[in-house]
Amino acid sequence: MNKRIDINRVKDIAFKYFGICCTLFGLIMLAVFLLSVLKEGLPRLNWQFFSSFPSRKPEEAGILICLLGTIWIMVLTAFIAVPLGVASGIYLEEYGKKSKFASFIEINITNLAGVPSIIYGLLALEIFVRILGLGKSLLAGSLTLSLLILPIIIVATREAVKAVPGSIRDASYALGATKWETVWFQILPASSGGIITGVILAISRAIGETAPLIVIGAMLYITTVPTSPMDDFSVLPIQIFNWLSRPQKGFIINATAAIIVLLAITFIMNGIAIHLRNRWQRKVKW
Amino acid sequence: MEKLKTENVNVYYGSNHVIKNVSLSIQHNTVTAFIGPSGCGKSTFLRLINRMNDYIEGFRKTGDILIDGEDIYDRKVRVEELRKKVGMVFQKPNPFPKTIYENVIYGLRIQGINRKSILDEVVERSLKRAALWDEVKDNLDKSALELSGGQQQRVCIARALAVEPSIILMDEPASALDPISTAKIEGLIYELKKLYTIIIVTHNMQQAGRVSDNTAFFYLGELIEYNETTTIFTNPKATLTQNYITGRFG
Repeated sequence: MNKRIDINRVKDIAFKYFGICCTLFGLIMLAVFLLSVLKEGLPRLNWQFFSSFPSRKPEEAGILICLLGTIWIMVLTAFIAVPLGVASGIYLEEYGKKSKFASFIEINITNLAGVPSIIYGLLALEIFVRILGLGKSLLAGSLTLSLLILPIIIVATREAVKAVPGSIRDASYALGATKWETVWFQILPASSGGIITGVILAISRAIGETAPLIVIGAMLYITTVPTSPMDDFSVLPIQIFNWLSRPQKGFIINATAAIIVLLAITFIMNGIAIHLRNRWQRKVKW
Repeated sequence: MEKLKTENVNVYYGSNHVIKNVSLSIQHNTVTAFIGPSGCGKSTFLRLINRMNDYIEGFRKTGDILIDGEDIYDRKVRVEELRKKVGMVFQKPNPFPKTIYENVIYGLRIQGINRKSILDEVVERSLKRAALWDEVKDNLDKSALELSGGQQQRVCIARALAVEPSIILMDEPASALDPISTAKIEGLIYELKKLYTIIIVTHNMQQAGRVSDNTAFFYLGELIEYNETTTIFTNPKATLTQNYITGRFG
């Protein structure tokens, strides 16, 4: 009997160290990656790098155009995807709960979240670029990425709306509010923290996407600043992809510097999302 | 004056027959208590009066419910209008996660009333009637969620009073509160009777005895006995009622 306990104790300790090793493996890989990127790319980050156009000489090239492209894409995608996603999430949670139509949509949204991003690119190439004739414009790119992140926003909205207790709905209805008033005055404000968190995470996913934008024909090399949604564009990940495929060492350094910029944007957005979520959880105690 | 009248009301949830042929009449400016064991249908019956059961899947009703002689389930009646006339206070205090002020004026806001002077006046009047004004008058911008349970429940009462209902439904309003808060709510009910018709569901026999003029005893969806509270508690006609109020079951 005692032997049995000893064996179990050894197993217990062994598993603990195994778990520590697994965790360390991931952390070390990440640290190695970050250190090598920072070591190589950090010295390259200067004003010239941020304010220059692409160039054939690596030391003269910069990320101005693709950084602007990323910002354009971020804003346009948010404008398209947020109203659509939030409205769909509210519909599914508050209105269409029990209809067959709603459960049909629900299944499809779950499926959409698992579709590889390049497939969205193919769909967008046919619909936005060719049929709607938007070309390889910022608008076409934003619509593509909006499709990609819609499922994420819808699911986040549903979760946040679901977390609002039913007693709040009862109280609102009992005072003579319509469904719309209840959603607008009570449910949306009470769930906004969760919704905004989901939206930020979705958009930070969108700005890291490369494949679907390459499929719709985003520019690998472009020398004009985008000034309207119908302009051609490039974004940071595409620029990184482009530079990494060059043989010269200078471009590889440029790529690592651009990776640092992209990582910084993503980390900042995720940080804001985490901050908002914590503040929201503290503020609303039911 | 007769305020509320129900005639042969039956309620079904799917194939479940939960209210059986209930007819009763409630006078204006009275407090009526609905008592009975859990699952007897008293809460369902209460929620018929402001049509809060409408959303429940499989809900079906027959018979008539009249307020001031008008059928509240008539197709011409807009349920939002009805609920302004029939306020409700729930079992668990459920203030909105907003300030005390915003909680009280919510019913007016959704009616499109935004004049600051009117809103201020309504907030003061409603909180005074709910016996909460003196405790919160300097903190109207505080979140209602920071108040104690008893204060939250009085915010909910003030919120219901703000839209000037004529009937107030209370679904076990003190069951989640401590004895002192309960006493405050009961005193409040006694005061509010002068202005409103109050119907209260309660599990607490003593509470029914203290606050109500009339008592209706429900059992398994049927209205067993309905009479003046003193008669119900001292000289009940049905054996079932007697067994329940003396605590032999329930």
